[in-house]
Amino acid sequence: MACAAVTSDRLNLDAVIGEVTLDAEGDGAVATFSGLVRNHNQGRTVLFLEYEAYEPLAVRALTRIIDEARELWPSARLALHHRTGRIDIGDASVVIAAASPHRREAFSACRYAIERVKQIVPIWKHEHFEGGDVWLEGATADPHDEAAKRHAYTVACA
Amino acid sequence: MRVTIRLFARLRDIAGTGELAREIPAPATVASVWAALTEERPSLLEYQRTLSVAINAEYARMTDPVQDGDEIAFLPPVSGG
Repeated sequence: MACAAVTSDRLNLDAVIGEVTLDAEGDGAVATFSGLVRNHNQGRTVLFLEYEAYEPLAVRALTRIIDEARELWPSARLALHHRTGRIDIGDASVVIAAASPHRREAFSACRYAIERVKQIVPIWKHEHFEGGDVWLEGATADPHDEAAKRHAYTVACA
Repeated sequence: MRVTIRLFARLRDIAGTGELAREIPAPATVASVWAALTEERPSLLEYQRTLSVAINAEYARMTDPVQDGDEIAFLPPVSGG
């Protein structure tokens, strides 16, 4: 699986770790993030989520995030996999790994990546809860929005 | 010219379909494709101010020109992660 991937298969954190730690003898840090489906949201009891993606553009947007992170933290390498389809409570919807010689860049690149996923990747959550279902909507995706990019960078370096 | 329109998430639910083919008079922009679509399905206008658009699976602007055979996607605000 490539460093940027959208798949309906169950995600595997070890897979993204493996992608960033190939030939990584100079690396001293790997930071990871797993996004899980939780059983409650805004007062609702969540039963499961169904994720929909515009897959070719989603892969390009994930690749764009990897490129942006490389520009910001040249010593770090990043891998992101996002899952689609029905995902049950407790299962991962997204897994991210960042490797670098020192921990600061690995943590920052990993945090930056999840913030940017929420801003620009064309994927949508359809929440099925006790009593109904609803499409969740967050950010209007605009990869060229410099203010959004700056916000992600600021959060990543906090 | 002929274009394919792709709709996702709640836009797809509102329209009742995720994919439509339409004849659009040339020259056209993404905005003219959206105008033709919302004339047919006015309830989509709710997304006029918040949508993103793509041409052939690359992010684009409403003012970008559209060519014969293009796939034009209209995307509601995203919620991945």
